[in-house]
Amino acid sequence: MSDSAGQNTQTIILSELKGETPWREFWHSFCQNKGALIGLVVMTLFVIVGIFAPLLSPHNPTELFAEALRLPPAFMEGGQWRYALGSDDVGRDILSRLIHGTSLSLGIGLMVVTVSLFSGTLLGLLAGYFEGFLDRSIMRLTDILMALPSTLLAIVVVSVLGPGLVNAVWAVSIVAIPNYVRLVRALVLTEKKRQYVMAARSFGSGHWRTMLIEILPNCLAPIIVQATLGLSEGILNAAALGFLGLGAQPPTPEWGTMLADARPFMESAPWMVTFPGLCILLVVLGLNLLGDGLRDALDPRLKR
Amino acid sequence: MALLEVKNLSITFQTKYGPVEAVRDLTFTLDHGESLGVVGESGCGKSITNLAIMGLLPKNAELKADKLTFNGVDLLSLKERDYQKLRGQQVAMIFQDPMSALNPCFSVGEQIIETISVHRQISKKDAHAEALALLNQVGIPAPEERLKCYPHELSGGMAQRVMIAMAISCRPQLLIADEPTTALDVTIQDQILNLLRDIQKQNKMALMLITHDLGVVAQNSDKIQVMYAGEVVESGPTASVVHTPAHPYTKGLLAGHPSHQKAAANDNATKENNKTGATKKRKRLPSIPGMVPDLKQRPVGCQFHPRCHKAGPECMKGMSLLGITNPSHANRQVRCAKPELV
Repeated sequence: MSDSAGQNTQTIILSELKGETPWREFWHSFCQNKGALIGLVVMTLFVIVGIFAPLLSPHNPTELFAEALRLPPAFMEGGQWRYALGSDDVGRDILSRLIHGTSLSLGIGLMVVTVSLFSGTLLGLLAGYFEGFLDRSIMRLTDILMALPSTLLAIVVVSVLGPGLVNAVWAVSIVAIPNYVRLVRALVLTEKKRQYVMAARSFGSGHWRTMLIEILPNCLAPIIVQATLGLSEGILNAAALGFLGLGAQPPTPEWGTMLADARPFMESAPWMVTFPGLCILLVVLGLNLLGDGLRDALDPRLKR
Repeated sequence: MALLEVKNLSITFQTKYGPVEAVRDLTFTLDHGESLGVVGESGCGKSITNLAIMGLLPKNAELKADKLTFNGVDLLSLKERDYQKLRGQQVAMIFQDPMSALNPCFSVGEQIIETISVHRQISKKDAHAEALALLNQVGIPAPEERLKCYPHELSGGMAQRVMIAMAISCRPQLLIADEPTTALDVTIQDQILNLLRDIQKQNKMALMLITHDLGVVAQNSDKIQVMYAGEVVESGPTASVVHTPAHPYTKGLLAGHPSHQKAAANDNATKENNKTGATKKRKRLPSIPGMVPDLKQRPVGCQFHPRCHKAGPECMKGMSLLGITNPSHANRQVRCAKPELV
C-alpha cells in the first residue's frame, strides 16, 4: 500500500519536472524575438514560392514576348497587369523570372550549405578530436583559404573550373568551408574535455562513435546558426558571381544574372534592376534575422 | 589467477617543465569478486592509475610496467580495437561527478540502451527491457518515467545511480569507482556506497573504490592501498590497516578523520596538538603538516619524510614496499624505514 503511494508521489513530481521540453523552451525564446519571427515569415514565403514556382508564375521564364519590350510594372504608367512587374529588354516577364529564380537561389544556397557544412564539419571534427599533425595540416589549409578575399577566391575557382551554375556552387562552397572548420574545431576542443566523453570512451565507444554520436550532437546549436547565416552568404556570393558573368549563364533566371543583364538599362528601365535586387535583399535579410534569432534561442549564454 | 595484476607500473608525463613521474613502482593484484580501496590525497596518482588500466591515458603520458594483465590478457600490447571491446564489457568505470559524466543531449534511456547495444547484439525492445531492469536494480523509483528524463532533470544521486546502471549493463568483471560519492550529498553518499556493495555481491564483480576518504574505504573494501605522491605507502587487509596503521601517513589520515578523534587522542602523532587543544571541549582535528610534494621536484628518499614527525637520516635513502614480518599482521606491506609495527 505504502508502495503505491510512493509511486503516486513519484509520478506527480515527475510531471512537475517535465514542465518544459527542450523544443518548447527553444520555441518560447525564439518567439520573443520579433525580428526572428519576421525572418521566419519571409523565409517561409520564399520557400513556398520556390517550391510552387511552376504553378505560381504567370509565364514561362524564358519565353520572349515581342509585344512587351522593357514594359514598366503594372502600377506604373504604361504597365500591363499581364506583366505585373514589367518585362525585360528581350520581352521576358520579370515576375515569372523572379519566381523561378527563387527556387534557383534557394537551391544554390542549400547546395552550398550542404557541401560546405558537411565537409567543414567533418574536417573540424577531425582537427579538434585528434589534434596533433592532422589538426595542424587542416588548420593551415583553412588559414590559406581565409587569407584570400572570398569573392576573389571564388572567381579563381570559377575561372579554373569554367563559368556555369554548378561550378559557381562549388566555388562558393569551397570559400565557405573555413568558417565551419574553425567553428566546429573550437566547439569540439571544448566539448571533448567534458567528462561524458571520457565516460563514453570508458564504456567502449570507439573514436568515430565518440566523435559523431557523443560530441557532435552537443555542438549542433552553433552549427545550425552558422548554417543559416551561411545560407544567406551562399546566396549572396552566388548572385555576385552571376552578376560578374561567372555564375549562372544568361537564359537562366538567376537573380544575380538578371541584375547583370539589366545593368545597361539602369536609368531607362530601373524596375529591371530594382526587383531582383529587392529579392536578394529580402532573402538575405530574412535569413540573417532568422539566424540571429536561432542563435539567441539556442545559445544558453545569451538567455536571460 | 588474479583478475588484475599490476607489477612495477610507472606513468610519466612529458610536460614543458620536463618529465613528471605521476605514478611509480605500483604493484598490486586484485582477485575476482574482491574489493580494493585506494586512498590518497588529490594528485597522488589514483585517477591516473585507473586511466592506465582503462587504456585511456592522455597522449603525453608514458606507461611502463613489468606486467599489466587483466584476466590473463596483456593490456600493454592490447590493440585499441580490442581494448574498446574490453572497456564497458569487462571493465567499467563510474565517475566523480555524475551530472557531467552523462551526455546532456540524450535521455537516460537512450544512453543506457546505447551502451548495451554497443557490446551486444540485442533488439531495441530487449535493450529497453534490460534498461528498465537495470534501473530497478540500482533502486530508481518509477524507472519507466526516468528512462525518458534528460540528465539535467535528475538529482546528483539519481544520476550516479544511472551511471552505475550503465556501468553494470554488460556485467563487467571489474568496476572502477573513481570517487563515486565526492560530488554527492552526505546523505546520498551512504546509499550509493551500499548500492555499490550490494551490486558487487550480486554480480560477483571486483570493485576498485578510489577515494580520499579513509572512512569510506574502511566500510566498503576487503583490501586497502594508501597512496602518496604516486607511490603505495601501505597496503593490506582493510581492518588490519585501519586498526593498526604502520605508516605515519596512514596514521595521519586516520587521525584526521572525525570518527577517530577519540582513538587518536591517545596517539603519539597528536601529542603536539593536545598541548594547544587540551583546554577546549572538542579538540581540533589533527592534520598532517606540510603539503604534498611537487612531483616535478620530488624529495630524496622517502616521499613523505619532509612531513613526517619520525623522519631521520635513514629516511633519505630510497625505499621499497616491504612486507611486515610481524605474524599477527599477515599480508601487510609498508614503505617506511621505521614502521610502527615491527
